[in-house]
Amino acid sequence: MLFRNDCISLWLGKGEKAMNMMSATGCLLQMYEEHFELEDYQSGVPRWCTGCGDNAILAAAQRLCRDEGLRPEKTVFVSGIGCSSRFPHYMKTYGFHGIHGRALPVAEGVKMARPDLTVFVNTGDGDCCSIGTAHWIHAIRYNMNITVFLHDNQIYGLTKKQASPTTPIGTKSNTTPRGSYLEALNPLTVTLGVQNVSFVAQAVDWIPEVLFDIVKAAYHHKGLSFVRIVQRCPEWLPTAFDPWMHDPNKVQLLNHEDGLQLSAGVSRIYKNQLQHDPSNIDRAREIASGRDTIPVAILYRNPNVPCYEDLRHSGILRTPDLTRAGLDAELDKYTVWPEGAEQKVA
Amino acid sequence: MNEMIMQRSVEALDNRTRSPAGKAAVKLTEHIVEIISDSGEGAQKCGQSLGAIAAQMGNGIWTTEIIPAEIRPPARSAAGASGNRIRIGSRYITNGGDETDLVVAFNEQVLLGRVQAKELKPNCTILLENMWRTHADPEIVASYIKTHDRLVAAGYKVYEIPMEQECRTIVADARRGKNMFALGMLCNIYNLDLKLAVDQIVLAFGKKDRSVVDANIKLLEAGNRWGEANLDFCYSIPATRPTEPQIVVNGNTALALGVMASGMEICAMYPITPATSASHYLSEIFENVGGIVHQAEDEISACAFAVGASYAGKCAVTITSGPGFSLKQEAIGLAVMGEIPLVVVNVQRGGPSTGQPTKMEQGDLMAAIFGSHGDAPKVVMAPGTIEECFYSIITARKIAETFNMVVVVLSDAGLATSQQPFPRPKFSETWMAPPVDQSPISEGAKPYDWDDTTGLARRFIPGQPGGMHTLTGLAHDRLSHVAYDAEINEETVRFRSLKLAALQKTLKAPPVFGDPKGDLLVIGWGSTKGAIEEAVEAMRAEGHKVSSMHLQFLQPLPPGIKEIMQGFKKVMTIESNWSDRPEDKIIDETNRRYSSVAILLRSRYLVDIDCWSEVKGQPIKPGTIRRVMNKKLKQQDAVSERLHQPLARER
Repeated sequence: MLFRNDCISLWLGKGEKAMNMMSATGCLLQMYEEHFELEDYQSGVPRWCTGCGDNAILAAAQRLCRDEGLRPEKTVFVSGIGCSSRFPHYMKTYGFHGIHGRALPVAEGVKMARPDLTVFVNTGDGDCCSIGTAHWIHAIRYNMNITVFLHDNQIYGLTKKQASPTTPIGTKSNTTPRGSYLEALNPLTVTLGVQNVSFVAQAVDWIPEVLFDIVKAAYHHKGLSFVRIVQRCPEWLPTAFDPWMHDPNKVQLLNHEDGLQLSAGVSRIYKNQLQHDPSNIDRAREIASGRDTIPVAILYRNPNVPCYEDLRHSGILRTPDLTRAGLDAELDKYTVWPEGAEQKVA
Repeated sequence: MNEMIMQRSVEALDNRTRSPAGKAAVKLTEHIVEIISDSGEGAQKCGQSLGAIAAQMGNGIWTTEIIPAEIRPPARSAAGASGNRIRIGSRYITNGGDETDLVVAFNEQVLLGRVQAKELKPNCTILLENMWRTHADPEIVASYIKTHDRLVAAGYKVYEIPMEQECRTIVADARRGKNMFALGMLCNIYNLDLKLAVDQIVLAFGKKDRSVVDANIKLLEAGNRWGEANLDFCYSIPATRPTEPQIVVNGNTALALGVMASGMEICAMYPITPATSASHYLSEIFENVGGIVHQAEDEISACAFAVGASYAGKCAVTITSGPGFSLKQEAIGLAVMGEIPLVVVNVQRGGPSTGQPTKMEQGDLMAAIFGSHGDAPKVVMAPGTIEECFYSIITARKIAETFNMVVVVLSDAGLATSQQPFPRPKFSETWMAPPVDQSPISEGAKPYDWDDTTGLARRFIPGQPGGMHTLTGLAHDRLSHVAYDAEINEETVRFRSLKLAALQKTLKAPPVFGDPKGDLLVIGWGSTKGAIEEAVEAMRAEGHKVSSMHLQFLQPLPPGIKEIMQGFKKVMTIESNWSDRPEDKIIDETNRRYSSVAILLRSRYLVDIDCWSEVKGQPIKPGTIRRVMNKKLKQQDAVSERLHQPLARER
């Protein structure tokens, strides 16, 4: 129970519980000890196609929220436009389903204004890697504490099958009926090439257990966590990932004591495994550049990259008294005083 | 401080109508002075200081920057003139005025630029640096002599000043000191208090080495002495010290101070002329009061960032100019659809496209009102003075949060760089928003529970328990669910539109400057206010029955305009955006494109409102407005008269 206008929220870092300090009653600290169930994060019936990889990502996100006990009202999912960007509608948290390509700058504004909120971004391969490319590059640079899910199904879905930047060369689509002309863009190498990158991972929708582990690691990373999720589009590219799905050896799982620890069940099926230290960016870039296998891993993690919001927040609360003092100090510089008047206010 | 200066300034104060050497000062009510140089020679600084000194003494002032489009235009070029234009008067000055009375030029080429732009009065006094007469390059010498002789022949009063030579006796590089020599000379010419000029030098160079301050004071004194000994004229423009504290800032500084005072915490921007100086200044001061200026990767993300911050409960502002405003339109549309408060400042410049980045124009009104696809109602305000630049931001933030709307504030390049004193604002806590509402939402409450009369709905802010919903740019119902039903869409378009009407009901009729009845009413908006009102005042003094009305709100238009217009035989707008010229061969009533406000008023009131406009990149001069009004008064236009009959009938 919080009092309007009297509540100052303190954010203690992602993964920790939020506390509220009510100035109206002195300095009373209220710990949240409620439990949440999956239903507390579920809203409506997803209108994605049967077999769409978005469903797997939704399940992972809802499980993450429950396991971490994220307060629904303190959690915001921000998206752009596209199939994947319908995501926030199916979360019973706050959501922002914005405009094509601009999910990241909106999320940055939310986080800058309210560092106490937990912010996620859902963006597709068209949204992030085509119309929103500038924002993607710069979001990595800002390194705000936001978890980004790139739902990459390598095709435009909502507008009905046009080639996206990540569509493999030669793919027939409505805009490339004779096969797409260009090499696909690799979102992992692009991201790993940007100065200030702090977390890059890749998951596939058909290994939900590992998808969840990666989503969880991304959430716990302080900084911009960029997770590319390779996902199937049963409607427009139903067989695109068949070679990888049918041959588990074409999926390479990277494990490490600082990275993923794979369960016995997963290891039984996916035997192509490799030790990879997520602090090694050169090796991460090398693995990400591979063409034959899909690496599933925390490719890179650097917890020491400063977050933009921490760099920018002075810790000063914008109170009326402070504003008055600041304004008067500025106005003093430009004031013409009447004769004999005190030459200063601030 | 130097004793001699103190002594002299006391004398100057005691006997303002006589120079220290006893030259009789010609008493003036006002004068327009220009200081122009190549870029980087400090004429800007000299002009700003002159304006500040005059304002300190109690003169009315209006300063206008003369800015070349390039950072380093070629030296000695007509297009490269950089400097400042200061109108000094005995009474309150509201605009830059007409042509220049006195100009200090550091070379003849920058001067030519001003002559060609017809900015100088026919008999203008010119104080011209004479170092070019003896320059090593014979072409420069020839150019100088030719220009000098032509100007003399054209009737200008040209004084050749050995600025370089005099300054070289004090500093090695005269390029870095001529401006203060010029300031000293101007202080002598206008009988200004040299002590105040010393204060300006300390303010400008105080952060640097003491020797820099000392050298500049020496230059100032040298200029002052030289003027005293060698110029055969001086002026006095009587001043009255204000009884209340005044502040002297330009429009962009006022905007930034307004942002600071409004309680907003986040300004997201991308560099663009002529808006950037507001963000520069804000970057300097905002953090002191807990604010943040975010320089985004582009204009689109700057706006989206501000939308995100506003959505999260902290109404934000984004500051831009025309090209950036075009890019922001999609995010503005999103804010309209999601009913997220947002303040967008557009410091207009010449358009379309890259247009004229440093020049004044009022070309973005239609883009502000009708911009973004679909029906996207937003509030549009325009400050008309430097003071209004400050207060408009505070008002804009309030309206944005009260109505959950986008508020566009249209300033322009004219206001951005012009200085004018206004009463020092006294901060009020009511200017600021209350802290972010984090109270729980009662069960069953809907995120868009539109009021059927006003279209208003309470906004749920992240952090409010029980308020969880997904805001969407898609058509949506009261639960913020995507509306697949076209009827819901129409209903919500109606609600968003009603909010403008709800705001309009709170507005007052704009005041009429002059009598409420007469022969001609001139309607203006934005930075033309001072010039229009000055012209109206002068016309009224000559016995003409003219008045003016200045619109602060362009969307919604305030009530009462029709009744005001009915008091006049003719109504016209004067604006700095394009309107087709009736005298052009193929222009007639079936195809003439009118100026922006004329279009708005004609469509709303079904009245034949005429317009006159120019897009010369400069503030419209009061003298020009007088000529336009005189012509309109004399016009016996049958078509116009006939079309005005609806007005007459209703009267």
